[in-house]
Amino acid sequence: MSDEFGIKDRTAIVGLGSTPYWKRGRSAPKTLQELVCEAIIGAANDAGIEVPDIDGFAYYAADFDTGGLMETLGIREVGFSSMLTGYGGGSAGAIGLASAAIVAGLAKTVVVVCGVQQGDLRYGAMPTTYPSTAESSFYQSAGLVGPGHMFALLAQRHMHLYGTTREHFAEVAISNRTNALTQPGALMKKPLTIDDYFAAPMISSPHCLFDFCLESDGAIAVIVTSAERARDLRRKPVLVHASAQGGAGEWGRSIYWMNMSDDAFASSGHGAVARQLYSRSDAGPSDIDLAQFYDHFTSQVIMQLEDYGFCKKGEGGPFVASGAIRRDGGSIPTNTDGGQLSCGYIWGMSQVREGVEQLRGEAANQVADARFCLVTGGPSDIPVSSVMLRSADA
Amino acid sequence: MSRLSKRPPDALATIVADSWSAPFWEAAKLGHLTCTQCADCGRFRMPPSPFCPHCRSQALEWPVLPGTGTIYSFTVVERAVVPGTEDTIPYVVAVISLDGAIPARLISNIVDAPIDAIRIGERVTVFFDTMPDGAAVPRFRLAGVQR
Repeated sequence: MSDEFGIKDRTAIVGLGSTPYWKRGRSAPKTLQELVCEAIIGAANDAGIEVPDIDGFAYYAADFDTGGLMETLGIREVGFSSMLTGYGGGSAGAIGLASAAIVAGLAKTVVVVCGVQQGDLRYGAMPTTYPSTAESSFYQSAGLVGPGHMFALLAQRHMHLYGTTREHFAEVAISNRTNALTQPGALMKKPLTIDDYFAAPMISSPHCLFDFCLESDGAIAVIVTSAERARDLRRKPVLVHASAQGGAGEWGRSIYWMNMSDDAFASSGHGAVARQLYSRSDAGPSDIDLAQFYDHFTSQVIMQLEDYGFCKKGEGGPFVASGAIRRDGGSIPTNTDGGQLSCGYIWGMSQVREGVEQLRGEAANQVADARFCLVTGGPSDIPVSSVMLRSADA
Repeated sequence: MSRLSKRPPDALATIVADSWSAPFWEAAKLGHLTCTQCADCGRFRMPPSPFCPHCRSQALEWPVLPGTGTIYSFTVVERAVVPGTEDTIPYVVAVISLDGAIPARLISNIVDAPIDAIRIGERVTVFFDTMPDGAAVPRFRLAGVQR
C-alpha cells in the first residue's frame, strides 16, 4: 500500500493514563464513569494537554459514551466519536481508528479509552443473561455459554491436529506469571509452577483455571495526536506504525458459529488481519522486538503466535516450550507485564498500556532496545484487530 | 470407572426460532435431524440463515439426514456457569460433523458417554430430548453405546 494513503507513522500515542487494577468488583464505591475519567485525566496530564482540548473519542467496548464524558470532564467540542464494533476484538484496532480520524482531519486530539467494572455476574455466565435469540438457540441449548467453553473447542481441535499439549498451555501461563511477579500493580503475585498448573481444577477441558484470564476492574486511556505535534509535547512519542481490523469471512461469527473453514477452526482468527498489518508495516515477524497478545486464554496466545508468523501453523506449542516467549532470553518476549492472565484484564487496553511503556523505555520489565511492539485485540468473532507500535527512536 | 457425561441445564434450552430456523426445530419435534440446504447450489449450511453465502439464493431444502455424525471437537464442562445447576456437571459440548450435510456442523452434546471414551473422530448417533416447554433438542450418543 502506498504510504500516501496510509497512517504509517503519521500519528503517535502521546499520553497514557491508568487506574490501578482491582480484582473484580473491588473498585467500588468508585463508579465506572469515575474510573474512565480518572484514566482520561491521567492521560491528558501525562501528555501535557488540557482535558477540554480533547476533541475526539475512539472506542471498542464501552458502557459509557461521549456525551457523558464531555459533561463530566468539561470538554468543549468533539469532531469524532466512533466505535470499532465487536468488543474486545477491537482493542488494538481502536488505536488505528483514532489515527485514521487524525489523518483524515476529523480531530486533533483523540482519546482511546476502556474501563471495566464488574458486578456480581461472572463473565462466563454473562451470555445466560441475554435473551435467547434464533442464533443463540443453536449454541446455548447445548450449554455452550461462556467464552471459556467456546475457546476450549478450538484448543481441543488444535491439540488433535498438531499434538499441542497442556504442558504447552502451562508454559504460557507460567511465562506470564513470571512477568507479573516483577510488575508493580499486577494482581497475581504468587509464583506458578507446572505442578500448580496441573493441580488446578479443570473448568472446561482442555482449559483449567490457569488457562483463563483474570476478571478485574480498572480503566486505561491513551491520547493519540499527529506525529508532527507529538514532537512538541512533553513525552517521548510512541508512533502508530500500522493497524488493521476485520478478518476473513471463513472466520465470521467464529466461536458463536463453529462452522469456520477447516483450516481456520484451530486458530485465533487473526490470519487475515496479520496479513493486512504486515502489508502496511516495515516490520515483519523477525523485526518485532516484543508482543502483547490479547491473552484471554493461554491456547489463544499459541494460536496468535502462529497467525502472526512467529512460528509455522501448528508449531506454536513446541515454539513456546522452547522458551521463545520468555522475557529472559526468548526471541519474542510476550505479555511482559504478565498479561491478562496474571496482571490485569482491561479488555485489551492493558496490552496497549504495556506496549507504550515498553517503547518509551519505562516499563517495569523493560525489554532492551525495544523498537517494534505488536499489540493484538481479542480473538473473537469479526472484527479482530492489531496495531504495530514503533519507538520514536527506531 | 469413567464418569458418564450428563446433560446441560434445561434452562439453557429455551428455543427461539425465526422464519428461517423454524423448520429445523419443527423437524426435531418429529424426531428428524435436518440441515439447511441451498435448493439452487446444493450446499449445506448451519445454522439456518436467509441467504446462501455461496450463491445468495433464498431457496431452501430441508432433507432428513441419517442422524449420524463425527465428533469434530468437544469440551468437558466441569464447572457450572449457572449457579444452582451443579448437578448437570460434567456435560460435554461437541461440534458434530453431520453425515449427509458435509461440511455443515452442529453444536450439540454427547450424553450418557464415558468421559474417557469421548474423542475427536468418534462416531455418534442423534436422539432428541424434549424440554418442559415441548421443544425438542437434538443430542448425540456415542455410536454403539446402548441407551
